Amino acid sequence: MTTTLPPAAERLDRPRLPAPRGELSAAVCDLLRGGTGSFPEVTPSDPFGHDLQLALALTSELHYRGFEGVDDDLEWAPAVVAARHAMADHYLAALRAELPGGDDLDDVVADLLVEPADGTGISYHLAGEGTAAQFAEYVAHRAHYHRKEADPQSWVVPRLQGAAKAGLVTVQHDEYGAGRAAAMHSTLFADMMTELGLDPTYGAYLDRTSRWVLAEVNLQTLCGLRRSLRGASVGLFALVELTSSPGSARLVRAARRLELGPATERFYAEHVEADAVHEQVLRRDVLRPLLALEPELAAGVVLGLQAGSYVGDRFSEELLAHWAEGRPSLTLDAA
Amino acid sequence: MPAEDPGRRRVVVADDGPVLVEGPVEIDLPDGSSVLADRPVVAVCTCRRSSIYPLCDTSHRGRRRRRKENP
Ligand code: FES
Ligand SMILES: [Fe+2]
Ligand SMILES: [Fe+2]
Repeated sequence: MTTTLPPAAERLDRPRLPAPRGELSAAVCDLLRGGTGSFPEVTPSDPFGHDLQLALALTSELHYRGFEGVDDDLEWAPAVVAARHAMADHYLAALRAELPGGDDLDDVVADLLVEPADGTGISYHLAGEGTAAQFAEYVAHRAHYHRKEADPQSWVVPRLQGAAKAGLVTVQHDEYGAGRAAAMHSTLFADMMTELGLDPTYGAYLDRTSRWVLAEVNLQTLCGLRRSLRGASVGLFALVELTSSPGSARLVRAARRLELGPATERFYAEHVEADAVHEQVLRRDVLRPLLALEPELAAGVVLGLQAGSYVGDRFSEELLAHWAEGRPSLTLDAA
Repeated sequence: MPAEDPGRRRVVVADDGPVLVEGPVEIDLPDGSSVLADRPVVAVCTCRRSSIYPLCDTSHRGRRRRRKENP
């Protein structure tokens, strides 16, 4: 594996507030601009809708890089915390209602470790017949996660102890480039975006990102920051690591078939190799010691695995439905 | 994963796939070539089905008819 892209000079990269998508996201934008109006009732809105998911993503982003022109102190301002909590609870309740639940972790993990002989999904489509434009759309949606890759999982570190913490940080160290900024997975993703003609600026596509990718990262953030959901946070982490290798191998095939370039191949090839290791570390050195110490977390881990699969499947359906009708799933032109 | 005795490297033989070795390592192959693997833990393929042999790519996994969608 080689890459020859020159390292970009680092500059502070903070997103701008995007245009709202409805009542809740408009109210959040207002709060973040210093407004003091009352926040609307959350429960009438669609818990999986674009408006709520964008609104939640905006309040979550204050924990990461914040926004240009927005006061960093709003991160823990009572009005913002109250809005974030109400939206998160509404979303979580709806999500739980969609999932089978249970606490048979071994069974759920065993199921994830079997490759379907006739799978479907975005990576299958792109490996087989997808276009370069569809590949770029997929990457633009996924940027919401990968430009902060591994960050949402870092919140859970101080909530673990001993062996599980050491195992999890072993994986995080690799995600963060093992000490080399140019090898951070979030940086490799930016290199790929540049190669594909996309804007690698942090948050550049936030206004157009699929609500299901927003939903995935919202869930990772809120589980990482709620101690009661630390099992689910680890479950979401495990899902990424357990399922990434085979999907990444299909995306390497897609990148080669479409001749997208070395940075694109590298991002997915790195994930084939790294996540084959991360899967083993997650199962042996994180899940096993975590459950030995706190067996009652099994249901939470299962929740994370099931919830991550659920939102991932909805994202896949959304993009494939657009492409089946010959419609793009987002516009790549400058906003 | 690291051995408790820092003077030793731990090698974990997984029951269902690769051998896990503390990296960085150099893997010498029968044809005289070598593969350098720099990550903190390296998964060496034992099933010989990997498309990135000698490293594991999870090709050792079982396959079956469709359960559900994959990402
Ligand atoms: S042991 Fe994993 S691919 Fe061979
Ligand atoms: Fe990664
Ligand atoms: Fe990983």
